[in-house]
Amino acid sequence: MAGSTLELKRISAVSTAPPGVRETTVVSKYIDTTSCIGCKACEVACQQWNDLPPEVTVQFGTYQTLPDMTPSFWNLIRFEETEVDGAQAWLMRKDQCMHCADPGCLAACPAPSAIVQYVNGIVDFNQEHCIGCGYCMTGCPFNVPKLNKTTSKVYKCTLCVDRVSVGLEPACIKACPTGCLQFGSKPQMLHLAEQRVARLKENGFANAMVYDPPGVGGTGVVTVVAHGDRLASYGLPRDPSIPLAVTLWKKPLKWLGNLGMIAGVVVAGLHYLKFGSKPEPEAKEPEK
Amino acid sequence: MTIERYSFQERVIHWTAGLTYIYLLLTGLAFYSPTMWWIAGMLGGGPVIRYWHPVAGLAFVATVLWMYKAWRRDMRLSDLDRKWAKGIVDYVSHQDHKLPPVGKYNGGQKQFFWVMFYGALALLASGMILWWTEAIPWSLRWVRFAAVLLHVAAFLVTVAGFIVHVYMGTVVVKGGLTAMTSGKVTKEWAHHHHPLWK
Ligand code: SF4
Ligand code: SF4
Repeated sequence: MAGSTLELKRISAVSTAPPGVRETTVVSKYIDTTSCIGCKACEVACQQWNDLPPEVTVQFGTYQTLPDMTPSFWNLIRFEETEVDGAQAWLMRKDQCMHCADPGCLAACPAPSAIVQYVNGIVDFNQEHCIGCGYCMTGCPFNVPKLNKTTSKVYKCTLCVDRVSVGLEPACIKACPTGCLQFGSKPQMLHLAEQRVARLKENGFANAMVYDPPGVGGTGVVTVVAHGDRLASYGLPRDPSIPLAVTLWKKPLKWLGNLGMIAGVVVAGLHYLKFGSKPEPEAKEPEK
Repeated sequence: MTIERYSFQERVIHWTAGLTYIYLLLTGLAFYSPTMWWIAGMLGGGPVIRYWHPVAGLAFVATVLWMYKAWRRDMRLSDLDRKWAKGIVDYVSHQDHKLPPVGKYNGGQKQFFWVMFYGALALLASGMILWWTEAIPWSLRWVRFAAVLLHVAAFLVTVAGFIVHVYMGTVVVKGGLTAMTSGKVTKEWAHHHHPLWK
C-alpha cells in the first residue's frame, strides 16, 4: 500500500525491467525469540497502526491469539509448548510476512503491480491491482498471504512501508517492551543476531542459530532461535524456497507453451500456403 | 441435395462450447502471461475476468459432458481409425484417395473430441482447486502445486487441439463451417469426405 517515495525493484507480472536504480539500504526486522515474553504488544500495535478491525479470538488450548494469521490480522505470536532435553520449553515466535529477497508470492502473481518489492527490500501488496486469484498463497513458502472473501483481495504485513518510507520504524518494533524486536539495515540486524547467537551458545544453547534462509535469498526478518534443531516447533520451514511447481509453471512451462502456441499458428499458416484447402467434391464446380 | 449432419441442438451445444472456450482461452491467456494482460483490460479488467473465468469454465465443461453423452458412440476409435491415422501425412498433404474411407467422423476428429473431453475434465478438476485455493489446507499444499501444473498442461494440450480444429474446420475443409452453422451438407460433400457415413 502506497510507499510512493520508494523505487521498485520487482513488480509482479510485468516483463519489462523495474525502474529502481537507487542503491538504498535494505531494511530488516530483527526478532529474538529468546527474549520475547509473549506480551503481544506487537499484535496490538499492528492492528492499531494499520486500522485493522478486531478479530474475534479463538481459544484452542494455547495463549496464541488465533490459529493463523487472517486477512486483517498480520502479526501473530505463535506459542508452542514442548519439551527440549526433558525440560519444559515454551517457544514463542512473532510470525508475519518474511519479506523474502526472492518472494514466491510475487513470482506466482499474474496481475501486473499487485505485488511489488521496493528497493529497500519490502514486499508489498497493492490491493487495487489484486484480482483475488490466490496464486500468491500457493507461491509463498511461509503460508502468509490471506484472502479476504468479501473484498476478494489478499492482505499481509506491509512492514509498515508507510512508516519506514518516512524514516520511522515499524509499529510492532516501536511497541516491543523487551527490545527483542529491532529494526535497521539488514547487515546491522544480522550482526546483532550473530552476537546474540554467540551469547546463547556460551550459555549452553548449542543449537542456537540465526534464521535467514538462503533458499529465498534471505528474508527481511532476521530471527534468532535457541533451538535451531527444532525449527518446526517455531513454525519455521527448514529450507524454504519458491515451490518447484511455481518455478516450473512460470518459467519452462510458460516458454514451452508460448513457443508451442506461436508454432501452432505459424505451422497452420505455412500449411495453408503450401497445400491450401482440400479439393472440393467433383459434382460442385471446383474453385481453384 | 442436402442432408442433415448436425441437429439444431447439436449446433447450439457446439457453439456454446466454442464461445465459452474462446472466452476461457482469452481470459486464461491474460492470467498466463503478462504480455497478454491487455486482454484483461478489453474484457472488463482483472477482477472481472477472475470472477467470470471459473463460471464460464463450468458452462464449458457442461457442454463437453453433453457432447460426451450424445457423441461418445460416434467417437469410439476403431481399427479403421488407427489405419487412417497411419496415413496422416497423406491427409495433411491432401492425398485423401490414399487413405481408407471414413465414416461420420475421421480419426482426427475423434482424437480431437477425446483431447477436449479429457482436457476439460483435467481443467475442471485443477480449476476447482485454483478457484478455492484457500480451501486447500496448507498441509495439503502439494494439491495446489499439482493443480497449477495440471491446469497449464491441460490448457496447452487443448489449445493445440483447438488451433488444429479451427484451422481444419474453417480453412482446410470447405463446407465444414457451414455444416456446423446450417447443420446441412451436400450429398456430394458427405460422400467425398465421409463415404462410410450411414
Ligand atoms: S491474489 Fe495474490 S497472486 Fe492473485 S492477483 Fe492478488 S496478489 Fe496477485
Ligand atoms: S513470506 Fe510469503 S508473502 Fe512474504 S514476501 Fe515471502 S513469499 Fe511473499
